[in-house]
Amino acid sequence: MLPMRSLLPPLLFTLAYAGISIGVTNSYYQLILTLVPVWAVFGLSWNLLSGYTGLISFGHAAFFGIGAYATALGQIYFNISPWLLIPVAAMLGGVAGLLIGFPTFRLQGHYFALAMLAYPLAILYVFEWLGFQEVTLPIKRDAPLAFMQFTDPHIYTLLGLAILLATIVLTQMIERSRFGMALLAIKQNEAAAEAAGINTLAWKLRAITLSGAIAAAIGGFYAQVLLVVTPQSVFGMLVSAQALTVAMFGGVGTVWGPVIGSVILIPLAEILHAEAGARIPGIQGVIFGLAIVCVILLAPEGLFWKLRDLLRKRHASKATAGDTPETAAANVTALKPAARQRAATGEVVLEVRNLSRSFGGLKAVQDVSFKLHKNEILGIIGPNGAGKTTLFNLLNGFLKPSQGEVLIDGRNMSGQRPHVICEAGIGRTFQVMRPFLRMSILDNVVVGAYVRARTDEEARKLAADAVARVGLSAVADRVAGELSTKELRLMELARAIAGQPRILLLDETLAGLGHGEADEVVTVIQQLARDGMTIAIIEHTMQAMVRLVDSFLVLDHGAVITEGLPEVVTKDSRVIEAYLGKKWAGHAAN
Amino acid sequence: MEGFFQALAAGLLIGAVYGLMCVGLGLIFGVMRVINFAHGDFMMLGMYTAFYLFTAGGIQALLGNTVGPFVAILLAGPVLAVFGYFVHLALISHVSGTRTASLEGEGHYAQLILTLGIALILQNGGLIVFGSVLASIRTPLSSSAWELGPFFDMSIFLNKARSIDMIVSLAIMILLSLLITRTRIGKSLRAAADNPTAATYMGIDVDRAHRTAFALGCGITAIAGGLLATNYPFHPFVGLEYVIVMYAGVVLGGMGSIIGAFWGGMTIGLVQQMSTLILPTQLQNAAIFAVFLLIIFFRPQGFFGRMVERT
Repeated sequence: MLPMRSLLPPLLFTLAYAGISIGVTNSYYQLILTLVPVWAVFGLSWNLLSGYTGLISFGHAAFFGIGAYATALGQIYFNISPWLLIPVAAMLGGVAGLLIGFPTFRLQGHYFALAMLAYPLAILYVFEWLGFQEVTLPIKRDAPLAFMQFTDPHIYTLLGLAILLATIVLTQMIERSRFGMALLAIKQNEAAAEAAGINTLAWKLRAITLSGAIAAAIGGFYAQVLLVVTPQSVFGMLVSAQALTVAMFGGVGTVWGPVIGSVILIPLAEILHAEAGARIPGIQGVIFGLAIVCVILLAPEGLFWKLRDLLRKRHASKATAGDTPETAAANVTALKPAARQRAATGEVVLEVRNLSRSFGGLKAVQDVSFKLHKNEILGIIGPNGAGKTTLFNLLNGFLKPSQGEVLIDGRNMSGQRPHVICEAGIGRTFQVMRPFLRMSILDNVVVGAYVRARTDEEARKLAADAVARVGLSAVADRVAGELSTKELRLMELARAIAGQPRILLLDETLAGLGHGEADEVVTVIQQLARDGMTIAIIEHTMQAMVRLVDSFLVLDHGAVITEGLPEVVTKDSRVIEAYLGKKWAGHAAN
Repeated sequence: MEGFFQALAAGLLIGAVYGLMCVGLGLIFGVMRVINFAHGDFMMLGMYTAFYLFTAGGIQALLGNTVGPFVAILLAGPVLAVFGYFVHLALISHVSGTRTASLEGEGHYAQLILTLGIALILQNGGLIVFGSVLASIRTPLSSSAWELGPFFDMSIFLNKARSIDMIVSLAIMILLSLLITRTRIGKSLRAAADNPTAATYMGIDVDRAHRTAFALGCGITAIAGGLLATNYPFHPFVGLEYVIVMYAGVVLGGMGSIIGAFWGGMTIGLVQQMSTLILPTQLQNAAIFAVFLLIIFFRPQGFFGRMVERT
């Protein structure tokens, strides 16, 4: 459930809006006031899919149009009340979302965006061909209420407003739930989200289904308000563009963006149309276009984020006058120094057998076998291009091995999807950091906790625990965008351990850190191992590694050259040769 | 059978012009990775520029009705290229290229909404300046045809204007590929497209390369628009009808591949003309989108694209 504090703004907004609309008597202005919530809801439905997942849809008119036509045709042919038809339209929209989403989610980025463009346009021509060029809703004089035909236009506004309020609250609930977190994680990095245990396809399908349902419902309501439906007015490209416009103008990925965009743009466009359009046809479009261009040049991410950043900056400048939170470092170093028994004889938790993977002719990983014992820290080293990251990608399911097996607790998991492997207990971090820059540290970590948590509260608890373990509790509420590289590395570590993995794969966690900073992170990793975590770490910095790991696995050209205790491996001439070349291997031997 | 070959010929002729149109957009998209929704409207401006150069600009009086239109169309290219150059300088460069690093979603949201805004201005500004009356670039060639054949009792008729359109399109394609493969400008464009960061380190001004690509893309599409205008009447909102075809063509060909965009446009021309054989005319466009969807499902990277994945 939502806390009262977050319900208050939408309620106040709704009441204020209702108050204004009741005061308006001009029927044209009243229509504008009805259209604002309509397009706001449509923008919110678009935002639910595209704003949170980052998969931009150019085809939301498909759902809008399906809803509008379902509502219109249902009344004409079956004499069903719109009170019933709009929910039916929502269901149709949801089904359409599922049908469209399933094949289209195979595409990524721009391909997805442009493929979505094709759906409403294809449907548009089919509807024209079927002879539905202009469908007028029948007037029901005998039962106006049952057919949602009110003489007082205020009621339409209030109805639209009620739908808007419901959509806002729904979006807010999603934003705070694992649903919203999953979508945001997908937007940031789909691969990382999978690695954090999120079944990305399932969440994306849920998003497009819900989004389609909302869009279809509001499309049905739109038909009811205007009483006329044409293919262009509900399936046309301008309809899809309307969703993009209000959402992007106001701010993407927030519940208030589409509302702000709609409240400003719709009246502006309509009033320009009425006032100026009659004298100079087209001038309204020019002014409207200019307004959009100017705002985007000043606030490229939409009004909401611009305003929020401004407020934050003011807030921050006040806060710095007091004390700056510099406690993170102190916290980490306060941890006890390593005094762990080197354990390389415990039970085997991860076993890799003859793992190979080639890309075309390149054998990136060939015939690699090793065992990871419980509570061990294994260092995986090797020169650039040795296949270290590819090995991790095979272990956590980003890549399917050409050959070989990955056994987790004796079960063969090779070829499984990443989120399945994550659930089986493997967490990982990435060479390239992928923080959610606008979210707080705690929220960033919560994303990783959902794989183990059944409820939102449990996830927050796990996340807070993970943040404490890496020593970031003091800065947990700060936005990730304000952090240093070291803090981000620690945050990613927290995100990986929030899902309570038993095995942790760390890909160059020390990269880009200064000497002192690297030591702090090493201390955290040692502490994790002391708490029972099994760790495999890829790293270049030998100094830090020798102190950290129990044993080494050395890769070159995708194959294992040697493995064993640090003091043995670092003296091995083959290792020196792989790193420094033949000449230096000779030097070292002398 | 005769109908089939006639449709095939018509498809090839229109396909070449669609191809050129798509190449203009493909160039911008390939180099800048910006979805430019206003591109159809740049083309509309190209059509009107050719129209006014021909009628009011004195080309009609100077060169007559047969050669004149094509000269005017070719001249519209550079005019629109200059226009595109300044639009990029003043507007698009603020949300693309090297400035996107700080924006969420690499600035895609801002680019989309900005180009939507530009499209609105151009369409409605066009309405104010040019009026809503249908215009067309008339040439006597538009209504006459060459007869090919007869082969085995059948003849194929090639509309003269469309045939010349095709030849002009192909010639420009050849010039463009020479420009891209042989010149310094072409190299900087390819480098900026392939890896903007690396190109910057090699001393290539990526923003300038983007501007060049944008200008070139606008110019090329303007010429394609002029060629289309010899057969199809146009109006200020005509861009909306074509921008979708352009994107379909670019995606079909494989984003980032310029020759691919040409074949993508060609495919659309063929599908459009051939579908008339089996489908009612109203469904012609629905057929384009159906084929478009089918192809990207089975070959999401397009004909000439390649899959690039990074983790």
